[in-house]
Amino acid sequence: MAPQVLGTLIRRYGSFDECEDAVQEALLAAAVQWPVEGVPASPRSWLVTVAARRLIDQWRSDEARRNREITAAGDIPAASPAADHGDVACRDDTLSLLFLCCHPVLSETSQIALTLRAVGGLTTAQIARAFLVPEPTMAQRITRAKRRLKASGARLTLEAQQPAERLPAVLHVLYLIFNEGYTASSGPSLGDSELTGEAIRLTRVVHALLPDDGEVAGLLALMLLTDARHAARTSRDGALIPLAEQDRGMWDPEAIRHGTELVTRALATAPIGPYQLEAAIAAVHDEAARAQDTDWRQILALYRVLERIKPSSVVRLNLAVAAAMVHGPMAGLDLLSSVDADGRIAGYHRVAAVRGHLLEMAGEHDAARASYLLAARRTTSLPEQRYLESRAARCHARS
Amino acid sequence: MKYMLLIYNNPAVYQSWPEEERRTLFADVDAIMTELRQSGELVGAMALADQSLSKTVRVRDGATTATDGPFAEAKEQFAGYLAIDCETPERAVEIAARWPDARYFAMEVRPVMHDSGADL
Repeated sequence: MAPQVLGTLIRRYGSFDECEDAVQEALLAAAVQWPVEGVPASPRSWLVTVAARRLIDQWRSDEARRNREITAAGDIPAASPAADHGDVACRDDTLSLLFLCCHPVLSETSQIALTLRAVGGLTTAQIARAFLVPEPTMAQRITRAKRRLKASGARLTLEAQQPAERLPAVLHVLYLIFNEGYTASSGPSLGDSELTGEAIRLTRVVHALLPDDGEVAGLLALMLLTDARHAARTSRDGALIPLAEQDRGMWDPEAIRHGTELVTRALATAPIGPYQLEAAIAAVHDEAARAQDTDWRQILALYRVLERIKPSSVVRLNLAVAAAMVHGPMAGLDLLSSVDADGRIAGYHRVAAVRGHLLEMAGEHDAARASYLLAARRTTSLPEQRYLESRAARCHARS
Repeated sequence: MKYMLLIYNNPAVYQSWPEEERRTLFADVDAIMTELRQSGELVGAMALADQSLSKTVRVRDGATTATDGPFAEAKEQFAGYLAIDCETPERAVEIAARWPDARYFAMEVRPVMHDSGADL
Protein backbone atom coordinates (compact mmCIF):
# COMPACT_ATOMS: atom_id res chain seq x y z
CA MET A 1 0.00 0.00 0.00
CA ALA A 2 2.88 2.40 0.78
CA PRO A 3 3.97 2.73 -2.89
CA GLN A 4 0.42 3.63 -3.91
CA VAL A 5 0.22 6.25 -1.17
CA LEU A 6 3.61 7.60 -2.20
CA GLY A 7 2.56 7.59 -5.86
CA THR A 8 -0.62 9.53 -5.07
CA LEU A 9 1.27 12.10 -3.03
CA ILE A 10 4.03 12.64 -5.57
CA ARG A 11 1.44 13.03 -8.31
CA ARG A 12 -0.29 15.77 -6.30
CA TYR A 13 2.61 17.56 -4.67
CA GLY A 14 5.58 16.64 -6.80
CA SER A 15 8.48 16.45 -4.36
CA PHE A 16 9.87 12.91 -4.07
CA ASP A 17 11.91 13.41 -0.88
CA GLU A 18 9.33 15.34 1.08
CA CYS A 19 6.52 13.02 0.05
CA GLU A 20 8.57 10.00 1.09
CA ASP A 21 9.21 11.49 4.54
CA ALA A 22 5.52 12.32 4.90
CA VAL A 23 4.50 8.74 4.00
CA GLN A 24 6.99 7.38 6.56
CA GLU A 25 5.42 9.60 9.22
CA ALA A 26 1.91 8.56 8.21
CA LEU A 27 2.92 4.88 8.48
CA LEU A 28 4.35 5.55 11.94
CA ALA A 29 1.12 7.30 12.96
CA ALA A 30 -0.84 4.29 11.65
CA ALA A 31 1.32 1.89 13.66
CA VAL A 32 0.46 3.88 16.79
CA GLN A 33 -3.21 4.66 16.15
CA TRP A 34 -4.66 1.66 14.33
CA PRO A 35 -4.08 -0.92 17.07
CA VAL A 36 -5.90 1.42 19.51
CA GLU A 37 -8.61 2.99 17.36
CA GLY A 38 -9.09 0.21 14.85
CA VAL A 39 -8.15 0.10 11.17
CA PRO A 40 -9.98 2.83 9.21
CA ALA A 41 -12.53 1.89 6.54
CA SER A 42 -10.14 2.96 3.80
CA PRO A 43 -6.57 2.62 5.08
CA ARG A 44 -5.17 4.03 1.86
CA SER A 45 -7.06 7.31 1.97
CA TRP A 46 -6.35 7.59 5.68
CA LEU A 47 -2.62 7.33 4.95
CA VAL A 48 -2.86 9.75 2.01
CA THR A 49 -4.72 12.28 4.17
CA VAL A 50 -2.34 12.05 7.11
CA ALA A 51 0.72 12.15 4.86
CA ALA A 52 -0.66 15.16 2.97
CA ARG A 53 -1.29 16.97 6.26
CA ARG A 54 2.25 16.24 7.43
CA LEU A 55 3.57 17.53 4.15
CA ILE A 56 1.61 20.74 4.40
CA ASP A 57 2.47 21.24 8.07
CA GLN A 58 6.07 20.83 7.07
CA TRP A 59 5.74 23.45 4.35
CA ARG A 60 3.92 25.84 6.69
CA SER A 61 6.55 25.58 9.37
CA ASP A 62 9.34 26.01 6.91
CA GLU A 63 10.01 29.71 6.51
CA ALA A 64 11.84 29.30 3.24
CA ARG A 65 8.98 27.44 1.63
CA ARG A 66 6.19 29.67 2.93
CA ASN A 67 5.12 30.78 -0.51
CA ARG A 68 4.59 27.24 -1.80
CA GLU A 69 1.88 26.20 0.65
CA ILE A 70 -0.82 28.35 -0.90
CA THR A 71 -1.46 26.24 -3.95
CA ALA A 72 -1.15 22.94 -2.09
CA ALA A 73 -3.24 23.72 1.00
CA GLY A 74 -6.56 23.76 -0.79
CA ASP A 75 -6.04 20.23 -1.96
CA ILE A 76 -6.26 18.15 1.25
CA PRO A 77 -8.62 15.22 0.83
CA ALA A 78 -11.21 14.38 3.47
CA ALA A 79 -10.53 11.26 5.52
CA SER A 80 -13.39 9.24 4.12
CA PRO A 81 -13.71 6.41 1.63
CA ALA A 82 -15.34 8.92 -0.70
CA ALA A 83 -11.98 10.57 -1.09
CA ASP A 84 -10.46 7.35 -2.33
CA HIS A 85 -9.63 7.38 -6.00
CA GLY A 86 -10.78 3.82 -6.46
CA ASP A 87 -9.01 0.99 -8.17
CA VAL A 88 -8.12 2.72 -11.41
CA ALA A 89 -6.35 5.65 -9.76
CA CYS A 90 -4.63 3.29 -7.35
CA ARG A 91 -3.43 1.12 -10.22
CA ASP A 92 -2.21 4.13 -12.16
CA ASP A 93 -0.35 5.51 -9.14
CA THR A 94 1.66 2.30 -8.63
CA LEU A 95 2.48 2.04 -12.33
CA SER A 96 3.39 5.73 -12.62
CA LEU A 97 5.73 5.44 -9.65
CA LEU A 98 7.40 2.42 -11.25
CA PHE A 99 7.77 4.26 -14.56
CA LEU A 100 9.19 7.28 -12.75
CA CYS A 101 11.77 5.13 -10.93
CA CYS A 102 12.85 3.61 -14.27
CA HIS A 103 12.99 6.99 -16.01
CA PRO A 104 15.53 7.13 -18.86
CA VAL A 105 17.41 10.09 -17.33
CA LEU A 106 18.60 7.69 -14.59
CA SER A 107 21.45 5.21 -14.88
CA GLU A 108 20.59 1.53 -14.59
CA THR A 109 21.99 1.24 -11.05
CA SER A 110 19.99 4.29 -9.97
CA GLN A 111 16.82 2.87 -11.52
CA ILE A 112 17.31 -0.37 -9.59
CA ALA A 113 18.03 1.39 -6.28
CA LEU A 114 15.10 3.78 -6.59
CA THR A 115 12.65 1.03 -7.63
CA LEU A 116 13.61 -1.12 -4.64
CA ARG A 117 13.39 1.87 -2.29
CA ALA A 118 10.21 3.60 -3.52
CA VAL A 119 8.14 0.79 -5.04
CA GLY A 120 9.53 -2.20 -3.15
CA GLY A 121 9.70 -0.37 0.15
CA LEU A 122 13.08 -1.93 1.05
CA THR A 123 15.23 0.09 3.45
CA THR A 124 18.41 1.73 2.20
CA ALA A 125 20.36 -0.61 4.50
CA GLN A 126 18.76 -3.69 2.89
CA ILE A 127 19.49 -2.46 -0.62
CA ALA A 128 23.07 -1.59 0.32
CA ARG A 129 23.58 -5.07 1.77
CA ALA A 130 22.15 -6.74 -1.33
CA PHE A 131 24.56 -4.85 -3.60
CA LEU A 132 27.53 -5.11 -1.22
CA VAL A 133 28.15 -1.39 -0.87
CA PRO A 134 28.21 0.71 2.33
CA GLU A 135 24.88 2.20 3.37
CA PRO A 136 25.95 5.87 2.91
CA THR A 137 27.00 5.02 -0.66
CA MET A 138 23.57 3.57 -1.45
CA ALA A 139 21.82 6.48 0.34
CA GLN A 140 23.79 8.90 -1.80
CA ARG A 141 22.86 7.02 -4.97
CA ILE A 142 19.17 7.22 -4.11
CA THR A 143 19.38 10.91 -3.19
CA ARG A 144 21.14 11.72 -6.45
CA ALA A 145 18.59 9.76 -8.46
CA LYS A 146 15.75 11.75 -6.88
CA ARG A 147 17.57 15.02 -7.50
CA ARG A 148 18.16 14.11 -11.11
CA LEU A 149 14.48 13.26 -11.59
CA LYS A 150 13.54 16.60 -10.10
CA ALA A 151 16.01 18.48 -12.29
CA SER A 152 14.78 16.70 -15.41
CA GLY A 153 11.24 17.88 -14.63
CA ALA A 154 9.93 14.30 -14.98
CA ARG A 155 6.24 14.27 -14.16
CA LEU A 156 4.35 11.61 -12.36
CA THR A 157 1.31 11.02 -14.47
CA LEU A 158 0.75 7.83 -16.38
CA GLU A 159 0.18 9.75 -19.62
CA ALA A 160 3.47 11.61 -19.14
CA GLN A 161 5.28 8.28 -18.73
CA GLN A 162 4.23 6.85 -22.14
CA PRO A 163 3.59 3.34 -20.81
CA ALA A 164 4.00 1.40 -24.05
CA GLU A 165 7.36 2.95 -24.82
CA ARG A 166 8.71 2.73 -21.29
CA LEU A 167 7.46 -0.68 -20.20
CA PRO A 168 10.55 -2.48 -21.57
CA ALA A 169 12.80 -0.37 -19.31
CA VAL A 170 10.68 -1.28 -16.27
CA LEU A 171 10.79 -4.99 -17.17
CA HIS A 172 14.54 -4.79 -17.70
CA VAL A 173 15.03 -3.30 -14.22
CA LEU A 174 12.84 -6.01 -12.66
CA TYR A 175 14.84 -8.65 -14.57
CA LEU A 176 18.14 -7.18 -13.32
CA ILE A 177 16.89 -7.19 -9.73
CA PHE A 178 15.86 -10.82 -10.09
CA ASN A 179 19.18 -11.79 -11.64
CA GLU A 180 21.19 -10.00 -8.98
CA GLY A 181 19.47 -12.10 -6.33
CA TYR A 182 19.35 -15.35 -8.29
CA THR A 183 23.01 -15.48 -9.33
CA ALA A 184 24.25 -14.63 -5.84
CA SER A 185 25.92 -17.66 -4.32
CA SER A 186 23.40 -19.32 -2.07
CA GLY A 187 25.98 -20.54 0.40
CA PRO A 188 25.12 -20.34 4.07
CA SER A 189 26.69 -16.87 4.37
CA LEU A 190 24.47 -15.18 1.80
CA GLY A 191 20.72 -14.82 2.02
CA ASP A 192 19.88 -13.01 -1.18
CA SER A 193 16.58 -14.68 -1.84
CA GLU A 194 15.00 -11.40 -0.72
CA LEU A 195 16.00 -9.80 -4.04
CA THR A 196 14.56 -12.60 -6.18
CA GLY A 197 11.45 -12.62 -4.00
CA GLU A 198 11.14 -8.86 -4.31
CA ALA A 199 11.55 -8.97 -8.10
CA ILE A 200 8.90 -11.69 -8.40
CA ARG A 201 6.56 -9.76 -6.10
CA LEU A 202 6.92 -6.52 -8.12
CA THR A 203 6.52 -8.36 -11.43
CA ARG A 204 3.36 -10.00 -10.06
CA VAL A 205 2.05 -6.51 -9.26
CA VAL A 206 2.76 -5.31 -12.81
CA HIS A 207 1.21 -8.50 -14.21
CA ALA A 208 -1.94 -7.92 -12.11
CA LEU A 209 -2.11 -4.35 -13.44
CA LEU A 210 -1.43 -5.31 -17.08
CA PRO A 211 -2.75 -8.89 -17.31
CA ASP A 212 -2.93 -8.89 -21.13
CA ASP A 213 0.68 -7.88 -21.73
CA GLY A 214 2.52 -10.95 -23.02
CA GLU A 215 6.00 -9.75 -22.09
CA VAL A 216 5.02 -8.98 -18.49
CA ALA A 217 3.54 -12.49 -18.23
CA GLY A 218 6.63 -13.87 -19.99
CA LEU A 219 9.00 -12.18 -17.54
CA LEU A 220 7.02 -13.41 -14.54
CA ALA A 221 7.04 -16.93 -16.02
CA LEU A 222 10.78 -16.73 -16.70
CA MET A 223 11.44 -15.70 -13.08
CA LEU A 224 9.26 -18.50 -11.68
CA LEU A 225 10.71 -21.17 -13.98
CA THR A 226 14.27 -20.09 -13.20
CA ASP A 227 13.78 -19.63 -9.47
CA ALA A 228 12.17 -23.10 -9.35
CA ARG A 229 15.69 -24.57 -9.76
CA HIS A 230 17.26 -22.38 -7.11
CA ALA A 231 17.65 -25.01 -4.37
CA ALA A 232 19.41 -27.40 -6.77
CA ARG A 233 21.89 -25.00 -8.41
CA THR A 234 24.52 -24.99 -5.67
CA SER A 235 25.97 -27.72 -3.53
CA ARG A 236 26.07 -27.53 0.25
CA ASP A 237 29.52 -25.95 0.14
CA GLY A 238 28.46 -23.27 -2.35
CA ALA A 239 29.87 -24.83 -5.55
CA LEU A 240 27.80 -24.29 -8.72
CA ILE A 241 26.05 -27.37 -10.11
CA PRO A 242 25.38 -27.30 -13.88
CA LEU A 243 21.81 -27.86 -15.05
CA ALA A 244 22.61 -31.34 -16.40
CA GLU A 245 23.86 -32.54 -13.01
CA GLN A 246 21.23 -30.98 -10.75
CA ASP A 247 18.99 -33.12 -8.52
CA ARG A 248 15.70 -32.42 -10.27
CA GLY A 249 13.78 -33.70 -7.26
CA MET A 250 14.78 -30.45 -5.58
CA TRP A 251 13.08 -28.31 -8.22
CA ASP A 252 9.88 -26.57 -7.14
CA PRO A 253 7.01 -28.25 -9.06
CA GLU A 254 4.46 -25.60 -8.05
CA ALA A 255 6.58 -22.75 -9.47
CA ILE A 256 7.19 -24.79 -12.66
CA ARG A 257 3.47 -25.46 -13.09
CA HIS A 258 2.54 -21.81 -12.56
CA GLY A 259 5.33 -20.51 -14.81
CA THR A 260 4.49 -22.97 -17.59
CA GLU A 261 0.81 -22.00 -17.47
CA LEU A 262 1.65 -18.31 -17.63
CA VAL A 263 3.96 -18.61 -20.63
CA THR A 264 1.68 -21.03 -22.46
CA ARG A 265 -1.21 -18.59 -22.21
CA ALA A 266 0.95 -15.58 -23.14
CA LEU A 267 2.33 -17.32 -26.24
CA ALA A 268 -1.21 -18.24 -27.32
CA THR A 269 -2.77 -14.82 -26.82
CA ALA A 270 -0.16 -12.05 -27.06
CA PRO A 271 2.40 -10.94 -29.66
CA ILE A 272 5.59 -12.97 -29.21
CA GLY A 273 8.52 -11.36 -27.35
CA PRO A 274 11.96 -12.21 -25.94
CA TYR A 275 10.85 -12.80 -22.33
CA GLN A 276 8.17 -15.23 -23.49
CA LEU A 277 10.74 -17.12 -25.57
CA GLU A 278 13.24 -17.29 -22.72
CA ALA A 279 10.47 -18.47 -20.42
CA ALA A 280 9.45 -21.12 -22.97
CA ILE A 281 13.07 -22.35 -23.11
CA ALA A 282 13.21 -22.48 -19.30
CA ALA A 283 9.92 -24.43 -19.33
CA VAL A 284 11.34 -27.03 -21.75
CA HIS A 285 14.33 -27.54 -19.44
CA ASP A 286 12.08 -27.73 -16.39
CA GLU A 287 9.70 -30.32 -17.84
CA ALA A 288 12.43 -32.90 -18.47
CA ALA A 289 12.46 -35.50 -15.70
CA ARG A 290 16.11 -36.31 -16.46
CA ALA A 291 18.74 -34.18 -18.25
CA GLN A 292 18.89 -36.72 -21.09
CA ASP A 293 15.12 -36.32 -21.64
CA THR A 294 15.54 -32.61 -22.49
CA ASP A 295 13.86 -31.70 -25.78
CA TRP A 296 16.89 -29.95 -27.32
CA ARG A 297 15.23 -29.77 -30.77
CA GLN A 298 12.55 -27.56 -29.33
CA ILE A 299 15.12 -25.47 -27.42
CA LEU A 300 17.15 -25.04 -30.61
CA ALA A 301 14.03 -23.91 -32.51
CA LEU A 302 13.16 -21.42 -29.76
CA TYR A 303 16.69 -19.96 -29.73
CA ARG A 304 16.51 -19.57 -33.53
CA VAL A 305 13.33 -17.48 -33.13
CA LEU A 306 14.94 -15.52 -30.28
CA GLU A 307 18.01 -14.84 -32.42
CA ARG A 308 15.75 -13.46 -35.13
CA ILE A 309 13.72 -11.11 -32.92
CA LYS A 310 16.43 -10.08 -30.44
CA PRO A 311 19.90 -11.12 -31.60
CA SER A 312 22.72 -10.96 -29.05
CA SER A 313 26.03 -12.68 -28.42
CA VAL A 314 24.57 -14.47 -25.41
CA VAL A 315 21.74 -15.88 -27.54
CA ARG A 316 24.24 -17.08 -30.15
CA LEU A 317 26.30 -18.81 -27.48
CA ASN A 318 23.21 -20.61 -26.22
CA LEU A 319 22.27 -21.43 -29.79
CA ALA A 320 25.69 -23.06 -30.25
CA VAL A 321 25.13 -25.24 -27.17
CA ALA A 322 21.64 -26.27 -28.35
CA ALA A 323 22.97 -27.04 -31.85
CA ALA A 324 25.69 -29.22 -30.32
CA MET A 325 23.12 -31.13 -28.28
CA VAL A 326 21.00 -31.80 -31.39
CA HIS A 327 23.57 -32.15 -34.20
CA GLY A 328 26.76 -32.97 -32.29
CA PRO A 329 29.67 -30.88 -30.95
CA MET A 330 31.09 -29.94 -34.37
CA ALA A 331 27.87 -28.11 -35.29
CA GLY A 332 28.16 -26.14 -32.05
CA LEU A 333 31.83 -25.34 -32.58
CA ASP A 334 31.04 -24.09 -36.11
CA LEU A 335 28.47 -21.66 -34.72
CA LEU A 336 30.90 -20.61 -32.02
CA SER A 337 33.50 -19.50 -34.56
CA SER A 338 30.98 -16.92 -35.82
CA VAL A 339 30.55 -15.62 -32.27
CA ASP A 340 34.33 -15.40 -32.00
CA ALA A 341 34.49 -13.19 -35.06
CA ASP A 342 32.14 -10.77 -33.35
CA GLY A 343 34.36 -8.16 -31.69
CA ARG A 344 31.88 -7.25 -28.99
CA ILE A 345 32.19 -10.58 -27.25
CA ALA A 346 35.70 -11.71 -28.18
CA GLY A 347 37.61 -12.33 -24.98
CA TYR A 348 34.42 -12.70 -23.05
CA HIS A 349 35.05 -15.64 -20.76
CA ARG A 350 31.80 -17.35 -21.65
CA VAL A 351 32.93 -18.06 -25.23
CA ALA A 352 35.95 -19.91 -23.88
CA ALA A 353 33.79 -21.76 -21.33
CA VAL A 354 31.34 -22.93 -24.01
CA ARG A 355 34.20 -23.90 -26.33
CA GLY A 356 35.69 -25.95 -23.52
CA HIS A 357 32.37 -27.69 -23.00
CA LEU A 358 31.93 -28.49 -26.72
CA LEU A 359 35.53 -29.70 -27.09
CA GLU A 360 35.03 -31.94 -24.07
CA MET A 361 31.91 -33.36 -25.75
CA ALA A 362 34.00 -34.01 -28.85
CA GLY A 363 36.56 -35.90 -26.77
CA GLU A 364 39.29 -33.28 -27.34
CA HIS A 365 40.38 -33.23 -23.73
CA ASP A 366 43.63 -31.25 -24.07
CA ALA A 367 42.02 -28.47 -26.09
CA ALA A 368 39.01 -28.49 -23.76
CA ARG A 369 41.26 -28.08 -20.76
CA ALA A 370 43.04 -25.10 -22.34
CA SER A 371 39.71 -23.43 -23.08
CA TYR A 372 38.41 -24.01 -19.56
CA LEU A 373 41.59 -22.57 -18.05
CA LEU A 374 41.39 -19.52 -20.31
CA ALA A 375 37.78 -18.98 -19.23
CA ALA A 376 38.77 -19.41 -15.57
CA ARG A 377 41.37 -16.67 -15.90
CA ARG A 378 38.93 -14.31 -17.61
CA THR A 379 35.91 -14.61 -15.33
CA THR A 380 35.32 -12.29 -12.37
CA SER A 381 32.95 -14.77 -10.71
CA LEU A 382 34.48 -16.88 -7.94
CA PRO A 383 31.96 -19.76 -8.18
CA GLU A 384 32.34 -19.89 -11.97
CA GLN A 385 36.12 -19.85 -11.69
CA ARG A 386 35.99 -22.73 -9.23
CA TYR A 387 33.70 -24.69 -11.56
CA LEU A 388 35.84 -24.04 -14.66
CA GLU A 389 39.02 -25.05 -12.87
CA SER A 390 37.50 -28.33 -11.73
CA ARG A 391 36.26 -29.06 -15.28
CA ALA A 392 39.79 -28.39 -16.52
CA ALA A 393 41.21 -30.78 -13.92
CA ARG A 394 38.73 -33.45 -15.03
CA CYS A 395 39.81 -33.07 -18.67
CA HIS A 396 43.43 -33.32 -17.59
CA ALA A 397 42.69 -36.61 -15.81
CA ARG A 398 41.09 -37.99 -19.00
CA SER A 399 43.62 -36.87 -21.54
CA MET B 1 30.92 -3.18 -11.50
CA LYS B 2 33.36 -3.10 -8.67
CA TYR B 3 37.01 -2.20 -9.14
CA MET B 4 39.99 -1.88 -6.89
CA LEU B 5 42.22 1.06 -7.81
CA LEU B 6 45.66 0.13 -6.48
CA ILE B 7 47.82 3.12 -5.64
CA TYR B 8 51.58 2.89 -6.23
CA ASN B 9 54.01 5.62 -5.20
CA ASN B 10 57.32 6.40 -3.57
CA PRO B 11 56.87 8.26 -0.28
CA ALA B 12 60.47 9.56 -0.36
CA VAL B 13 59.66 11.57 -3.50
CA TYR B 14 56.68 13.29 -1.91
CA GLN B 15 58.70 13.95 1.26
CA SER B 16 61.19 15.92 -0.78
CA TRP B 17 58.49 18.27 -2.13
CA PRO B 18 57.90 21.81 -0.79
CA GLU B 19 54.92 22.16 1.57
CA GLU B 20 52.86 24.09 -1.00
CA GLU B 21 52.98 21.29 -3.57
CA ARG B 22 52.18 18.66 -0.99
CA ARG B 23 49.15 20.67 0.06
CA THR B 24 47.91 20.70 -3.54
CA LEU B 25 48.34 16.94 -3.68
CA PHE B 26 46.19 16.40 -0.59
CA ALA B 27 43.57 18.84 -1.91
CA ASP B 28 43.32 16.80 -5.13
CA VAL B 29 42.80 13.64 -3.10
CA ASP B 30 40.10 15.32 -0.96
CA ALA B 31 38.28 16.58 -4.05
CA ILE B 32 38.09 13.12 -5.65
CA MET B 33 37.04 11.46 -2.39
CA THR B 34 34.23 14.00 -1.96
CA GLU B 35 33.10 13.49 -5.53
CA LEU B 36 33.07 9.67 -5.17
CA ARG B 37 31.14 9.91 -1.89
CA GLN B 38 28.53 12.17 -3.45
CA SER B 39 28.18 10.12 -6.62
CA GLY B 40 27.50 6.94 -4.64
CA GLU B 41 30.51 5.18 -6.23
CA LEU B 42 32.78 4.84 -3.19
CA VAL B 43 32.88 1.39 -1.61
CA GLY B 44 35.97 1.90 0.54
CA ALA B 45 39.47 3.31 0.66
CA MET B 46 42.54 2.77 2.79
CA ALA B 47 46.03 4.20 2.86
CA LEU B 48 48.84 1.96 4.07
CA ALA B 49 51.32 2.93 6.78
CA ASP B 50 54.99 3.06 5.87
CA GLN B 51 56.47 -0.22 4.72
CA SER B 52 59.02 -0.10 7.57
CA LEU B 53 56.09 -0.83 9.91
CA SER B 54 55.19 -4.02 8.01
CA LYS B 55 55.81 -7.53 9.16
CA THR B 56 56.28 -10.36 6.71
CA VAL B 57 54.78 -13.59 7.99
CA ARG B 58 55.72 -17.08 6.78
CA VAL B 59 54.76 -20.54 7.99
CA ARG B 60 57.20 -23.33 7.13
CA ASP B 61 56.93 -26.85 8.50
CA GLY B 62 54.35 -25.57 10.99
CA ALA B 63 56.70 -22.89 12.38
CA THR B 64 55.71 -19.23 12.09
CA THR B 65 58.29 -16.51 11.50
CA ALA B 66 57.46 -12.81 11.42
CA THR B 67 60.21 -10.51 10.21
CA ASP B 68 60.20 -6.71 9.94
CA GLY B 69 59.94 -5.22 6.50
CA PRO B 70 60.18 -5.69 3.57
CA PHE B 71 62.55 -2.75 3.26
CA ALA B 72 62.32 -2.87 -0.48
CA GLU B 73 64.46 -0.65 -2.59
CA ALA B 74 61.64 -0.51 -5.15
CA LYS B 75 61.01 2.86 -6.75
CA GLU B 76 57.26 2.27 -6.49
CA GLN B 77 55.51 0.49 -3.68
CA PHE B 78 51.92 -0.38 -2.90
CA ALA B 79 50.55 2.56 -0.89
CA GLY B 80 46.81 1.99 -0.59
CA TYR B 81 43.62 1.40 -2.49
CA LEU B 82 40.27 2.81 -3.50
CA ALA B 83 37.37 0.40 -3.93
CA ILE B 84 34.70 1.78 -6.25
CA ASP B 85 31.44 0.59 -7.77
CA CYS B 86 30.89 2.34 -11.09
CA GLU B 87 28.91 1.91 -14.29
CA THR B 88 31.70 1.24 -16.81
CA PRO B 89 35.36 0.21 -17.00
CA GLU B 90 36.01 3.57 -18.71
CA ARG B 91 34.75 5.40 -15.63
CA ALA B 92 37.12 3.38 -13.42
CA VAL B 93 40.06 4.40 -15.61
CA GLU B 94 38.90 8.03 -15.55
CA ILE B 95 38.88 8.06 -11.74
CA ALA B 96 42.32 6.42 -11.60
CA ALA B 97 43.70 8.99 -14.04
CA ARG B 98 42.59 11.82 -11.78
CA TRP B 99 44.18 10.38 -8.65
CA PRO B 100 47.44 12.37 -8.22
CA ASP B 101 49.71 9.32 -7.95
CA ALA B 102 48.81 8.50 -11.57
CA ARG B 103 50.70 11.67 -12.62
CA TYR B 104 53.93 10.80 -10.81
CA PHE B 105 53.80 7.03 -10.39
CA ALA B 106 51.03 4.61 -11.43
CA MET B 107 47.57 3.37 -10.60
CA GLU B 108 46.39 -0.16 -11.32
CA VAL B 109 42.71 -0.67 -12.14
CA ARG B 110 41.70 -4.22 -11.32
CA PRO B 111 38.20 -5.80 -11.47
CA VAL B 112 37.09 -7.37 -8.21
CA MET B 113 35.88 -10.98 -8.08
CA HIS B 114 32.29 -11.47 -7.01
CA ASP B 115 30.24 -14.30 -5.56
CA SER B 116 27.58 -14.48 -8.25
CA GLY B 117 27.48 -17.30 -10.74
CA ALA B 118 25.26 -17.57 -13.80
CA ASP B 119 23.49 -20.82 -14.67
CA LEU B 120 25.75 -23.34 -16.38
